[in-house]
Amino acid sequence: MVASEISKIGKSLNMFPLTSQSFINCLIQEGYKFFTGVPCSLLSGLIYELEGQEEARYIPAVREDAAVGLCTGAYLSGTMPVLLMQNSGLGYSLNAFTSLNLIYNIPILVIMSWRGKDGKDAPEHIIMGDIDKKLLQTARMEYSLLNKENYAEVLKKAKKKIYEEKLPYTLIVEKGLFDERH
Amino acid sequence: MKGTEAFQELLPLIKDDEPVVHANGFICRESFALKDREANFYMIGSMGLASSIGLGVALCKPEKKVIIFDGDGNVLMALGTLAMIAGEAPKNLIHVVIDNEVYESTGNQRSLSSKVQLENVAKSSGYKNTIRVEKKDEIKLAFLKLKELPGPNFLLIKVKPCFDPSTGRVTHTPEEITKRFMQAIG
Repeated sequence: MVASEISKIGKSLNMFPLTSQSFINCLIQEGYKFFTGVPCSLLSGLIYELEGQEEARYIPAVREDAAVGLCTGAYLSGTMPVLLMQNSGLGYSLNAFTSLNLIYNIPILVIMSWRGKDGKDAPEHIIMGDIDKKLLQTARMEYSLLNKENYAEVLKKAKKKIYEEKLPYTLIVEKGLFDERH
Repeated sequence: MKGTEAFQELLPLIKDDEPVVHANGFICRESFALKDREANFYMIGSMGLASSIGLGVALCKPEKKVIIFDGDGNVLMALGTLAMIAGEAPKNLIHVVIDNEVYESTGNQRSLSSKVQLENVAKSSGYKNTIRVEKKDEIKLAFLKLKELPGPNFLLIKVKPCFDPSTGRVTHTPEEITKRFMQAIG
């Protein structure tokens, strides 16, 4: 993708409020057609939107590292993949990122929920909620905290990383950014 | 039967443009040493992921027969992926497992496949056709049959752990493996 095309990304998005529906539609418009992952309640609205899509497919994965494998196969076949997971899945998938994607130059757009933010969550989320960004930094994997104002800019950054450097890029999603479906 | 003999039987039955995803360890090295192909994806790490990568390729390239060369340790590490393959049920996927009942690359520590029949796990997960072979001269017929029938299909080949450690390693860099695989499968 050339720079002029990358610079166009998301320009029309600023006029829309960020919802699960508008975000999924935007990802599909930008060429992400293959979605997989392991659910998190914070991402349940996004997965709900994906299940109703005709242009994209969502494949339930059994584990986050298997989802990384699936995304890798999709990319190798010319389809740009998206992985949705809770930050607990970062532990499971870290070896796949370091021994596969980061050395084979295989990009994935990762949408990762942030459980355990500010130590306010169930006990099992507290440590990972504190260290997940540090783990990404240590693995030299770039990320952005997604919010209602910055998504167009962040998607542009992600696409640059993915298409030019062929490396994964992670969008971190806090509770409340997207609706939850229970 | 030696593992290398199983590959000698299988490789002539694969067309040049058919994607083959290889598990790490001796699976890669045996296949690479016998016949390097551009449409081969060689894993140098990420144990357990050849099957999910193969599934991704099969789903996105439905017009091509996609082959996974896996090992028993790899399959046992990712048993859940058998369920993903059965659930998505790509007709064009053939999962071949070279089963030597040990972790041979790391010094022949035993795996569980002497007690757990992996072809039965695949069958009960929902693979369409599964075949277990123990003799070299059964491989060709079994593989061609599984290539013909709508999948996902599973071929388990029992071999003896007798990998020759002087077998070369894959000499391509990981980036080269990605580039040429993508070009080869279009």
